[in-house]
Amino acid sequence: MTLRNRWRKTLSYMMLSLTGVCAVLAVAVLFLILGYLFYNGWRSLDWDFLTKLPKPPGERGGGMANAIVGSLQIIFLATLIGLPVGFMAGVYLSEFGGKTFAFLIRYMADLLNGVPSIVIGIFAWTVVVVPLHHFSALAGGLALSLILIPVTARSTEQFLNSVPQTLREGALALGASKWRTIATVVVPAAYRGIATGMILGVARIAGETAPLLFTSLNNQFWSTGFDQPTASLPVMVFTHAIAPYDDWHRQAWAAGLVLLLGVLVANIAARLILSRGISVQR
Amino acid sequence: MSTANLPSAGSAAGKPVGQHGKLKAVHLSFYYGTYQALHDISLEVPANRITALIGPSGCGKSTFLRTLNRISETIRNTRVEGEVLLDDENVMKVDVTALRRRVGMVFQKSNPFPKSIFENVAYGLKVNGHRGSLADAVEHSLKRAALWDEVKDKLHKSAYALSGGQQQRLCIARALAVDPEVLLLDEPCSALDPIATAKIEDLLFVLKEQCTIVIVTHNMQQAARVADRTGFFLLGKLIEYNTTEIIFKTPARQETEDYITGRFG
Repeated sequence: MTLRNRWRKTLSYMMLSLTGVCAVLAVAVLFLILGYLFYNGWRSLDWDFLTKLPKPPGERGGGMANAIVGSLQIIFLATLIGLPVGFMAGVYLSEFGGKTFAFLIRYMADLLNGVPSIVIGIFAWTVVVVPLHHFSALAGGLALSLILIPVTARSTEQFLNSVPQTLREGALALGASKWRTIATVVVPAAYRGIATGMILGVARIAGETAPLLFTSLNNQFWSTGFDQPTASLPVMVFTHAIAPYDDWHRQAWAAGLVLLLGVLVANIAARLILSRGISVQR
Repeated sequence: MSTANLPSAGSAAGKPVGQHGKLKAVHLSFYYGTYQALHDISLEVPANRITALIGPSGCGKSTFLRTLNRISETIRNTRVEGEVLLDDENVMKVDVTALRRRVGMVFQKSNPFPKSIFENVAYGLKVNGHRGSLADAVEHSLKRAALWDEVKDKLHKSAYALSGGQQQRLCIARALAVDPEVLLLDEPCSALDPIATAKIEDLLFVLKEQCTIVIVTHNMQQAARVADRTGFFLLGKLIEYNTTEIIFKTPARQETEDYITGRFG
């Protein structure tokens, strides 16, 4: 009996330790990555990096101002297409979709969500780059928007679903039409969640590299328009990291750090918005 | 109160009789998919009276109430047979938003919008294109709902800051703002304490001067206190419908008496 009990306790303790170690391991990897990135990135990050154009290979110094602006341009285009389309699709799924059709849309949105991002890149290359005969920020923005749409649609749908049915009925019972109920009661009740989902979606596409490799390509100079090849931070990290120059490696770390800080700020902002509570009383 | 001008009680399955019915259900049946929730209900609601619908849970009284302003249509895969007449006009032929402006509703659980007290009351007015001063209309509605004195200094605070009873009266004020001819109340006091309940019941007595009231309630004492007429529902059927006095003192049907006396339900 006592032996049995002791064995049970030992087993319990062993399992607890095992799961605990795995949990620490999982998080430790994150901290390792973050720590290494901060260590290398911080040393390489300077004012020039944020304000100067890249120098030709072999010359020291220079920066990635064009890639920072380029990333912002591409993300701006992606949100311009992706957020409204994703949001509307989410509203449709939550508020209008019939059983079968909504199921199909939802299923396909989830599939689209799972498509490797490089395939999205090939698609944008085929429909934008090939017909226009050159790489452009537009193609990159379109590729990223295709990733953003299903993410936004599904998160919008989920937060709208969490709005109690009684609120909708309350508005309808006052003679509000369905669209008016949605626009003035349902969406406002869920706007914090919806905004959070959008920010996290934008943070996700900010770091995508593969779809940009053959859409917006890269640029050593300022991009002169949305129809021109445009530098972006993720692609800069890629090209600089595989280049044989130490100074470029240094810059790749700095670019990675800037990218990470951007995503980090977006994540914290999203948490802050959501933590102020869902605006509906339960 | 006089019931002399009211139509005599129609039997449950019979045709509604009389001319003064504000709202009439004629052979009304309701289906959730293939499940029939209401069986051939015929009932006449007299104008400027309070009509109570009682019965055990799941007997269809709320479903019946929800067909009267067609809010039942928001649930998919449902079907109505028979007619509901508002002033002898089939509600299925009336524009649904116009119908709901004329037939207001207060729900079981208070459901103020996540907006300010003022915005809650003004909502129906804005939706229906109110002309004139919103502030005056909001004040008037809050006074009608006997809530004005309690909220006049915090009109622009969130409606969620109010107590449960205040929230329910806010929902009544919100419904009254569009000046409905009929007010439907679906167990409005089920989540309230006796004091808040008494306030709402007092309110109903005043309101029936201006509108016709239909109230669904679990609480038989409440029906006995407030209602001029009472209908007893059981298993989706209207068992008996008559003046409240007759229903509670000399019901015609055994099921009614069993329910009233607490032998089941």
